[in-house]
Amino acid sequence: MKMDTYSVMDSIDARGRQGATLYTHIGDDGSAWLEGSRCAACGTVYTGARTSCGRCFARDGLESIRLGATGKLYNYTVVYRSYPHIKVPFVAAIVDLDEGGTIKGNLVGIDPDPARIPFGLPVRVIFRGAEEAIGEQGEGFVAHFFVPASEGEA
Amino acid sequence: MADNVYIVGTDMIRFGRFDDLGVPEIGAEAALLALDDCGLAISDMQALYCGNLGEGMTGQKILALIGQTGIPVVNCTNACATGATAFREGWAAIKAGIHDLVLCVGVEKMPRGMLVRRPAGFEPVPPEGLIGSGTMPAVFSHVGMEHMRQYGTTFEQFAKISVKNHHHSTLNPKAMYRKETPLEMVMEAEMIAYPNTKLMCSANVDGSAAAILVSERKARELGLMDRAVKVRASALTSDPYSERNLAMPDVNSATRLAARQAYDMAGLGPDDIDLIELHDCFATAELVHYENLGLCRDGEGGRLIDAGETALGGRIPVNVSGGLLSKGHPLGATGIANIYEVATHLRGEAGARQVAGARIGMTHVVGLGTACAIHILEKA
Ligand SMILES: [Zn+2]
Repeated sequence: MKMDTYSVMDSIDARGRQGATLYTHIGDDGSAWLEGSRCAACGTVYTGARTSCGRCFARDGLESIRLGATGKLYNYTVVYRSYPHIKVPFVAAIVDLDEGGTIKGNLVGIDPDPARIPFGLPVRVIFRGAEEAIGEQGEGFVAHFFVPASEGEA
Repeated sequence: MADNVYIVGTDMIRFGRFDDLGVPEIGAEAALLALDDCGLAISDMQALYCGNLGEGMTGQKILALIGQTGIPVVNCTNACATGATAFREGWAAIKAGIHDLVLCVGVEKMPRGMLVRRPAGFEPVPPEGLIGSGTMPAVFSHVGMEHMRQYGTTFEQFAKISVKNHHHSTLNPKAMYRKETPLEMVMEAEMIAYPNTKLMCSANVDGSAAAILVSERKARELGLMDRAVKVRASALTSDPYSERNLAMPDVNSATRLAARQAYDMAGLGPDDIDLIELHDCFATAELVHYENLGLCRDGEGGRLIDAGETALGGRIPVNVSGGLLSKGHPLGATGIANIYEVATHLRGEAGARQVAGARIGMTHVVGLGTACAIHILEKA
């Protein structure tokens, strides 16, 4: 699949666009990243901002970090039935990020066929307009997606 | 701890669609059936524990229909563990010596269509279809896919769970659906989220179930020991921290923790259990719970279904009621309906689907979020 259909981090027009999740951040220069938290006591990485650690129960010392942009496909399912305005089928993926943390998202740029999507597939995190997945409701928002790491750079 | 706790009355309505009835009416019906099962009256009850998600103040509304005696009412919600949580609260009150005769009711009128797990906090955009999927079929497909990843379990093995439970339901007059679904039919049904097809998703129905719990002293005093079923263990857990917790709801660790606690409390192991009603909200879920409950070693769930060990007549029959897949899954009622089913077998009153010689049984529910409740029951 041709990669130029996907926006990459530095190609998002920041003006008026918002992150689709509370942990999606867009800089003035159009760069986008996902926010995480790392527990200083036990090293656990969480998605989004947090003030205490669910694993070791530390009540402070969680630092805000930028989550990594590469990872491996831990798990997925191909969703064939969802809400009416959502384009199906799509690949609902769970990705272990190389630099720590696990996030959910849609895996795109790959045939949504369970026989052809291997566990452990190396992926990259990219950012695109949310309307590509959910139509009108997503207009004005930017969300993260995964693409196979083997897909060329845009 | 104080006295032993016994179930002396229990029943459920036949699950189905009751568009003309409200939640209190549906709940009241099961409550009256359970009272009749042991010959007691609402005026004998010292408290009501009510499990329901959709309504609010449901227990009081049930009493308004069957008897406003002024007793304490506790309304519980705990996702799919709601009914079992209400039952456990009743058990705990008797164990604590606060009451010695209580009524537990679970009831639900289900919205039609697909259930979605609500994310925490306020997301700017609804995340469904954008940040993966939170539909129940997708969540439990992840559960199955993780087992496939780890052990090579196949779509066909998951599908066989559905074939088995649908077959069981043909023997249960209280099941919503009572139709055989051969393997090809299950596998060729509409794929909802791989590997769960439509026939591998729980049946969306309305329903209610009830149980009357009594202290041993009171049961003897009332002469109700003949058909009494002892609650040998009650365990309730929440989600312990596990890796990938926030991205992928974990139904395994909460179940393993509850199973360990329940076996310890009962002084029993998996080999002592004669039948199980477990949380087959999706076919993929039942298979992983074989391992979570210790029925086999990790990775052997697929072999267990292939060998027919969990079918009626097998080594450890699972979901002989037809399960959530075919009997149906009215969320708040399910936990108590499971208890009704196991108690009915222990009493030797399960008719065509009777597990021969059943002496000890287990019930298990998991509500995402996560709550897991396990009870171990034994014929008195
Ligand atoms: Zn920590």
